[in-house]
Amino acid sequence: MKMTYREALREGLQEALETDPRVYLMGEDVAAYGGTYAVTKGFLEKYGPEKIIDAPLSEVGFTGIGVGAAIGGLRPIVEIMTVNFSLLALDQIVNGASILRHMSGGQLSVPLVIRMTTGGGRQLAAQHSNSFEGWFAHIPGIKILTPSTVEDARSCLYFALLDPDPVLIFEHALLLNSSAEVTEKPTRESLFKAAVRKEGSTLTLITYGGMLPRCLEAAHEFDGTGDKIEVIDLRCLRPLDNEAIFRSVRKTHRVLIVDEGWRSGSLSAEVSARIMESCFFDLDAPVQRLCRKEVPIPYARHLEIAAIPQKQDILNRIQEILS
Amino acid sequence: MTNPDHLRLLHSMLRVRRMEELCAELYTQEKIRGFLHLYIGEEAVVTGVMSLLRPQDNVMATYREHGHALLKGVSAKLIMAEMFGKVEGCSKGRGGSMHLISAENRFFGGNAIVAAGIPQAAGLALAAKRHETMNMAALWKIPILFCCENNLYAMGTALSRSQSQQEIVKKAESYNIAAVSVDGMNIFDVIEKTHAALDFVKREQKPYFLEFKTYRFRPHSMFDPELYRKKEEVQKWKERCPIDFLTKYLIEHDGASQDVLNKLKIEVEQEMQDAVSFAENGTLEPVENLEKNIYENDL
Repeated sequence: MKMTYREALREGLQEALETDPRVYLMGEDVAAYGGTYAVTKGFLEKYGPEKIIDAPLSEVGFTGIGVGAAIGGLRPIVEIMTVNFSLLALDQIVNGASILRHMSGGQLSVPLVIRMTTGGGRQLAAQHSNSFEGWFAHIPGIKILTPSTVEDARSCLYFALLDPDPVLIFEHALLLNSSAEVTEKPTRESLFKAAVRKEGSTLTLITYGGMLPRCLEAAHEFDGTGDKIEVIDLRCLRPLDNEAIFRSVRKTHRVLIVDEGWRSGSLSAEVSARIMESCFFDLDAPVQRLCRKEVPIPYARHLEIAAIPQKQDILNRIQEILS
Repeated sequence: MTNPDHLRLLHSMLRVRRMEELCAELYTQEKIRGFLHLYIGEEAVVTGVMSLLRPQDNVMATYREHGHALLKGVSAKLIMAEMFGKVEGCSKGRGGSMHLISAENRFFGGNAIVAAGIPQAAGLALAAKRHETMNMAALWKIPILFCCENNLYAMGTALSRSQSQQEIVKKAESYNIAAVSVDGMNIFDVIEKTHAALDFVKREQKPYFLEFKTYRFRPHSMFDPELYRKKEEVQKWKERCPIDFLTKYLIEHDGASQDVLNKLKIEVEQEMQDAVSFAENGTLEPVENLEKNIYENDL
């Protein structure tokens, strides 16, 4: 059965709304409008206004309501339209959801799910093209999922809702229309673990989210040559699956990390540091990183392409490392 | 015959007052550290409101919340142990003065980010309502009582220096929320208006907003040199001390004897001294536990 990433997200939401009476969805334009990315189209009619709730344009307000409702025993799914607006909800996420279990000495649990689209690549300019998932991975107390395949898009909510702690899901806008064959029933392999998307032996490409398809394309270009590129999809940015990363590095001895976020203080820096700390003597070459250029994403198409890692950039970097 | 209800109210106010006075002393002895915000002067508000709440009602408060926790049922011992950073504290020593939390008492803190508790409280009310009536007509009719303790200052900035509209009630009304202003120094006014407000909230399943005009006699926190207000202003408000007011009422209208009042004070003193000893003798959590309670299951 073939479906798109968008349909997979829809299916995950429907499954949640139909199986758990504690679930409700709240966000900007999720109900009457049907979701900015049409993920929740028709939901208002199907599930009613008590489950599908349009929120005013106050991210900090409705995210805070989600925090309180989660403490109170509900399973809120908060949709923040895009990662760019999540900055307005940071206080409730960082000073609320993520710390309350610890600060209450383990008394409170905040099983809150926050979904948002992320990423650049659609000429939306600097205020609508951010990739902040790496920032959020800095924060103890929350978990970060970055579904990169249709199958993962289908199951991410299932795992997020099962979790007793706050889970943030970053859905990449460029992936929404991608499609793939999926099985009738979703597979239930944990999304909190990294996945080997392509086996290889001479270099490990580590990536996540929206960068995965172009990394896979680049890796496949080497098929038939003597080099076999392994592709690791982190899937979960916090907690990081150290074992999966180290296992691959110990096999290939060369690493390129492709991260859509800015390079300074980035997730790629964290992954690189962990490899250095644990696999230093397994490396045949310094760990390399390919990140977005340290500029606000420009509107002009050619500049945006230059700012975000492309397949050709990935190919070039792999070749540099291998040569 | 002394009205037992009035006596109980005075007892509550004295408990809050005495605990705060002890906190101030313990702070100067460096037993309590960090930020410490005292509620002295505002006792009528918390006493009146809490006296009308049921155990199952959820409360979220600000960082000036010691009295709120106490009167919601958290024992003075657990509160004091928390202030001392001991593992016996209500938040296991992880919260301190500003983050007293007790799920058992439905007291959800103690929030040190100004206004961050407001949406969380709305979410809690939403969850409570969901549990009671899964099938509701309009979700946004949330049963919540907003209590604004207007002590006239944001840290050191007077309301008149920061707000063009100083009638707080009007702000609530602009959201179409029923709102009333209350004399926060008069326990009877607090109780009367809160009673009506809670009736409304329960009956209509809608929010209600109360502004309690009150005053804190102490600085904002222990670090505050109080350069922004005059001693005369503080003195003027102290003459309206809510505890003196109720005590006087008890003597003049209920014929309370000095003996009865003294007994009350001794009882409170005993409770608070016990709390301090409990906190003193409490244990410090082993540092090995530092990284516990980040997630439900340790990673």
